[in-house]
Amino acid sequence: MARGLAFDISHLLAGGMVLLSFALLYQDRMFSLLRIYALHALVLSLSVAWQAWVQGAPHLYVTATIALAFKAIVIPVALHRIVVRLGIHRTIETVVGVGPTILFGLGLVGLSVAVILPVTAESDALAREDLAFALSVVLLGLLMMITRRNAVSQIVGFMSLENGLVLAATGAKGMPLVVEISVAFSILIAFIVIGIVLFRIRERFDTVDIHALDSFRGERR
Amino acid sequence: MLTAAGAAILLLLLLGLCGPLHGRLPGSAARTDRIAYGGGMAGCFVLMSVGLAALSGAVEDDALSAALPIGLPWLGAHFRLDPLSAFFMVVVDLGGLIACIYGLGYGTHEREPGRVLGFFTPYLAGLNLVLLADDAFSFLLCWEFMSLSSWLLVLVSHRDPENRHAAYVYIVMASIGTFCLLLAFGLMAGPGGGYGFAAMRASALDPGLETVVLLLAIAGAGSKAGLVPLHAWLPLAHPAAPSHVSALMSGVMTKVAIYGFVRIVLDLLGTPAWWWGLVVLLLGGLTAAMGVLYALMQQDLKRLLAYSTVENVGLVFVGLGLALAFQAQGMVVPAALALSAGLLHVLNHSLFKSLLFFGAGAVLVATGERQLDRLGGLIHRMPRTAILFLVGCAAISALPPLNGFVSEWLIFQAILLSPQLPDWALRFVVPAVGAVLALSAALVATTFVKAYGIAFLGRPRSREAEAAHEVDRWQGAAMTGLAALCLAVGVLPALFLDLLAPVTQALTGASLDRQSGLPWLTLIPIAEARSSYNGLLLLLFIAFSTVVPALVIHRFATRATRRGAIWDCGFPQTDPATQYTSGSFAQPLRRVFGTLIFHARERVDMPLPGEVRAARFSVELRDLAWDVFYAPVARAVEFAAGRLNHLQFLTVRRYLSLVFGALVLLLLVLAIWQ
Repeated sequence: MARGLAFDISHLLAGGMVLLSFALLYQDRMFSLLRIYALHALVLSLSVAWQAWVQGAPHLYVTATIALAFKAIVIPVALHRIVVRLGIHRTIETVVGVGPTILFGLGLVGLSVAVILPVTAESDALAREDLAFALSVVLLGLLMMITRRNAVSQIVGFMSLENGLVLAATGAKGMPLVVEISVAFSILIAFIVIGIVLFRIRERFDTVDIHALDSFRGERR
Repeated sequence: MLTAAGAAILLLLLLGLCGPLHGRLPGSAARTDRIAYGGGMAGCFVLMSVGLAALSGAVEDDALSAALPIGLPWLGAHFRLDPLSAFFMVVVDLGGLIACIYGLGYGTHEREPGRVLGFFTPYLAGLNLVLLADDAFSFLLCWEFMSLSSWLLVLVSHRDPENRHAAYVYIVMASIGTFCLLLAFGLMAGPGGGYGFAAMRASALDPGLETVVLLLAIAGAGSKAGLVPLHAWLPLAHPAAPSHVSALMSGVMTKVAIYGFVRIVLDLLGTPAWWWGLVVLLLGGLTAAMGVLYALMQQDLKRLLAYSTVENVGLVFVGLGLALAFQAQGMVVPAALALSAGLLHVLNHSLFKSLLFFGAGAVLVATGERQLDRLGGLIHRMPRTAILFLVGCAAISALPPLNGFVSEWLIFQAILLSPQLPDWALRFVVPAVGAVLALSAALVATTFVKAYGIAFLGRPRSREAEAAHEVDRWQGAAMTGLAALCLAVGVLPALFLDLLAPVTQALTGASLDRQSGLPWLTLIPIAEARSSYNGLLLLLFIAFSTVVPALVIHRFATRATRRGAIWDCGFPQTDPATQYTSGSFAQPLRRVFGTLIFHARERVDMPLPGEVRAARFSVELRDLAWDVFYAPVARAVEFAAGRLNHLQFLTVRRYLSLVFGALVLLLLVLAIWQ
């Protein structure tokens, strides 16, 4: 296997994740948001599988399978059903200032590259680029969480953030399987908890707009 | 050797169980007292013997260090008994042993003995553990354990709101002190994280960082020791505890704090810069002067003693400052002298301050009073306590042939060597500090003349004082033992000074010449031509010059009866309220220092002509440290807390934004830093 090709493909996949994170930022419809998230997870599992192939680490295939099964299929489908049951699939969520958000996101990518590249000067190029992209995905996920109002899209933001973490974890060589599995399970549990909370919010307030929570606490916006 | 010490410490810790078990064991309730204090005596005795053995060099070095696989995973807990900790261990456990004897009697008067017993012996164990710790983690852990157990002892009479306030101030100051020490150790450990004391000793720090460590050590250990202006908690907390605990806190725990300072600054930090001594000296002088002035103004016997502790800590720090100054110039013998003087004063202060607190406790048991102005005439009702308390007063006032004189004399000997110092600043400051010490020595004498005179002489000022009775034999035995030790150190200082030789040898690289072999037990610190002191001769002279004239007068004075006018003994009225009070005794000095240092306000409330009510005279004193030092800090904290309170009520998204903002900011710092 040519060294150049290995680098190029993992670069392509990680870059694809960053691109999809940007796509998540400006989606204003629920179903398209979920679809792009599924795609995000799919690219992640491809990337992990590629890392498994390149590093010759078979346990990473397990991680890739987990990512594919849970993140690309189970969670999006479950979220899809939740959205339908909540009856918010027609909601058009006004995303605050797409332009500025995207620009800010670009700044974040620049920042993570500026932080990671000098720190990891000694490690090989593959891990360096991967880490920089992973940090960008994490930051973009966080950015998405704070720019969204709908609880479901906040969940999607959180999940994409977690995808970034898995990307970072698999980019580094010698990551034990048990860490990845425990991360995957904690995410699943977080998903379940958040799902339950969502229904509780809905029961109480007839909406999943988290502003309802704030006004319930009697706070100013 | 350390095994014995460890077993004794374990015993002390286990005896803490007597607290919750008090009154539930078979037999009488007093039996738990006897188990706890008796066991405490045994533990302290073992530990003191271990300390003495280590100090006399009878044990090989291998037996004096141990590493236990507890604590931080990659560090473990290291314990070591070197001469410095051995000396302090002797001081601590001598105090602890006698406090246990005293507690056997005093404890029976306790309202809730379980609350004292549960923490008393663990507190003793904590004091010892601090001395034994040989890495920063164990040191801080034990230090905090000591602080917390003493805090719980301060809270024994928790129903009194004043005690609760004292405990609150104490825990805040103790936490700040520990925090400072934590930072100091962190700096000394450096990025490599060498938390063992051996690693710290070996590594050299940047001079700037050394300065920071010095200041942090002064703040951390100094606040525990009661250095002005960090002393404000001390006169509140020490008197609030039961008297034998007060004695331990004042006489022993401040010494452990001094140990912490010596350990960090003289042992771990390496060669001192020339101005370190200057800073410590100035702080010590300030502490000595302010401490005694505050003590003089107090009406409360135990609080007076607590302020006097502040003064004595100042004296010790003057000794340490001189040692640092000499050490910085490589003048090892004067440094050894100054250090010996300071450390001997540590021992002496623990003896006479414990004695005085025990005396105050005896007065408290006998009368239930701590206010001087409600005491009086106790010398007739409690003759033994009165005599022993007088010995303590004379010792703390540095009267020969008692022990206070020896250590203060040695400190002055070190001060007199200061013209040899090359720095002009030091050459000016050291004599000035010496003058301040001389002033404070005189003021100490005034303070204790007042304390003794008002409490023990004259006529009783209250019904409680009139009904006072002598305390039991345990308390009497403890006080007698301490008074005997005060006399012993005063008369035979050479023996005790020689014990310090390995300590000064380890810290300054020199020690005083061997003193105990000199003829007539004379003390010659530097050279015979300069100065010498002989406690034994002085004792004989004093005994001779008082006993002989007394005998002569009794033998040869006329026995003829004379008739004269009736003398009313200076009391034209029979009301005890016409006697001198502690306030009136201190008034001249209050007038001198009053407006500047105490912000004293005297208020006279005269009745108008025709009114029948009594006139009132009241004095208001303030502790300057509160106004200048604590109040602004408290206000700043309150202001910041008020401002930050808004953060408690943000929306979920704003919290997330805060996290996000902090993360991005840190990343930006990281990116720009590179």
